[in-house]
Amino acid sequence: MKVALFVTCLADGLFPEVGRATVTLLERLGHEVVFPKAQTCCGQMHTNTGYGRQAVPLVRHHVETFEEFDAIVAPSGSCVGAVRHQHAMLARKAGDDDLAVRAEATASHTWELSEFLVDVLGVEDVGAHYPHRVTYHPTCHSLRLLRVQDKPLRLLRAVRGLHLVELPDADQCCGFGGTFAVKNADTSTAMLADKMKNIMSTRAESVTAGDSSCLMHIGGGLSRLRVGTRTVHLAEILASTENSVGR
Amino acid sequence: MSTFLGMPAIHAPRGVGGLRGDESFPKAAKAALGDTQLRANIGRATRTIREKRAAVVEEVPDWEELRLAGQQVKAATMARLDDHLRTLEEAVTRRGGVVHWARDANEANAIIADLILATGETEVVKVKSMVTQEIGLNEALEAQGITATETDLAELIVQLGHDKPSHILVPAIHRNRAEVREIFLREMPGVPPDLTDDPRQLAMAARAHLRQKFLTAKVAVSGANFAVADSGTLLVVESEGNGRMCLTLPETLITVMGIEKVVPTWQDLEVFLQLLPRSSTGERMNPYTSAWTGVTPGDGPQAFHLVLLDNGRTATLGDHVGREVLHCIKCSACMNVCPVYERTGGHAYGSVYPGPIGAVLTPQLTGIEDNSSLPFASSLCGACFDACPVRIDIPSLLVHLRERHTEEQAKEHRLPTPEAAALSLVGWVMQSPRRFRMAETALRMARPFARSGRFRSLPFPLSAWTTSRDAPAPPPETFREWWERTRDQ
Ligand code: SF4
Repeated sequence: MKVALFVTCLADGLFPEVGRATVTLLERLGHEVVFPKAQTCCGQMHTNTGYGRQAVPLVRHHVETFEEFDAIVAPSGSCVGAVRHQHAMLARKAGDDDLAVRAEATASHTWELSEFLVDVLGVEDVGAHYPHRVTYHPTCHSLRLLRVQDKPLRLLRAVRGLHLVELPDADQCCGFGGTFAVKNADTSTAMLADKMKNIMSTRAESVTAGDSSCLMHIGGGLSRLRVGTRTVHLAEILASTENSVGR
Repeated sequence: MSTFLGMPAIHAPRGVGGLRGDESFPKAAKAALGDTQLRANIGRATRTIREKRAAVVEEVPDWEELRLAGQQVKAATMARLDDHLRTLEEAVTRRGGVVHWARDANEANAIIADLILATGETEVVKVKSMVTQEIGLNEALEAQGITATETDLAELIVQLGHDKPSHILVPAIHRNRAEVREIFLREMPGVPPDLTDDPRQLAMAARAHLRQKFLTAKVAVSGANFAVADSGTLLVVESEGNGRMCLTLPETLITVMGIEKVVPTWQDLEVFLQLLPRSSTGERMNPYTSAWTGVTPGDGPQAFHLVLLDNGRTATLGDHVGREVLHCIKCSACMNVCPVYERTGGHAYGSVYPGPIGAVLTPQLTGIEDNSSLPFASSLCGACFDACPVRIDIPSLLVHLRERHTEEQAKEHRLPTPEAAALSLVGWVMQSPRRFRMAETALRMARPFARSGRFRSLPFPLSAWTTSRDAPAPPPETFREWWERTRDQ
């Protein structure tokens, strides 16, 4: 299948390894990956900070970039959530019904990585090897906006060598929330502290999730505490094999 | 937002009532976060109710259908609210009650004070008084020489402690047993001096105190959970039985309720009386459900007044997105699952309506600029929507109100705020892949300032991030560059 990669602005600029892992994985499964170079950002930060009107040109740009593809995949629950739940709504609010219809069509074949693997491709065992103790944080948007349910866990359970440990209070928010982390820094930090306490209680070497943004938040906290647990995106685990170097 | 031509939106007035705090949410939250006792009390209590609720919701096989039904009844009712209110007024009047309309807190307080003074009494008992907290009734009555006693145990604790409620269902959630004992010893006349913090002893002390009030009070003021339009019936659901005493013993009963509490028919209640107890207290059925219709000669209060309160509600109804908050049945499930509420407690919201629902309801009642930090007091994690028995999409409403705030700001100021300027710059950059790429290259210039791939401090406003978290440094090669280097030959 020909798959258009929506890498997300955060992965492109700050976490390129997540995009590379997604490409590696999809190609290993025998699919052709294309990277539409016009892509930029889903506009989520604007929308969620109260600048919905300014997000509309970004919605239009996203739709124009991706609408021709039959399968669009992103390694991010929250950006897929924005595409699915906000794009058409923003267009409609701005009075552009034509754009809203096109946004809905584009959203209907846009998937978050674990959804795409399990629901569309029908695979759970992607042939990965990752011999570490790992715990999984289901990010809020994957959990509640996309309802990915246990798909990421099913994928992780099939990874060879991986020892999956359950995260206490896993469904609790890590406190990121986009600009919330800055506007309400104290509350955000209190939420992060509890998340880190739970992660450390699992004695996992790695904590994984389907969103670079939440991992950036958690990773930023763990690094400040100088604890050894590292953050690794689900795509990176699934892309790892016995022969792959690095993590 | 739309209003009817020539009709200014009436918001809850300033200077009265419990809808405006002294500080913005981030400031008030900072203080609350430092109070470890408060955090422990609230964390423990919300977890207990949360688990209880989850267990009893699990038992209902058609819970999702019930939620949908609740949502639909509410939406249909709000669409014809004026008709239902007229029907209610007629029915109440027909059954011997008197209906009063109050545009705002001041009007409602004046109506209620006059009604009480007309009876010649200066002592009243109260129950279900959320809405009276909203309008600041107790203070208004005090100014007229009338003493009001709260009879709900938790509200009594709050009242005696000269405190404010911090939860809509468990107003004293922030207090523990030892604190309650101290308050009783200090404020409750005739309390035994050897009172311990045993819950039974505390309850007995409160009971003795309240019983004397019930038996002497000739006037009661109540709120209402529902009003059935076609029969003119008012309903209060509670779990202590004190409400029942207030509603039946006094000679005069004055009920004040927000206009959104009306439901068209008795049959509509079947949905809500299933949704409410499981969502709020985690009980299968409500312990005390009292319903009364007008007056019945020789039985119960012989004078009944219903005060219908607007106080910003029609203004809210005028916002076709925001009006969804009026569906709320005040079950408090959203605050029990909210990670922000759990850490900050209710007082940080500065309103008698705290938590996720408070963050969307309060700014709509007061006008958004009076409470503009509240819609931002959420990480948009979505737990509130999943818990809400009438499916109010609180996260989307928060986003909607954030937008209304930024638009008001844009209208008010000729120069954009720094945030607006920054985001419009980012938006401009992101509309073009070429500009985005240039920005990524520019970002890379910061690399030499990072230590082992991390920044430990960043300039304002990102310094708010680095107070407690490291930030990742830009990588040597973006994804886009990697793709071009490896794929584009
Ligand atoms: S918004 Fe929903 S969950 Fe929250 S108090 Fe109202 S009805 Fe309950």
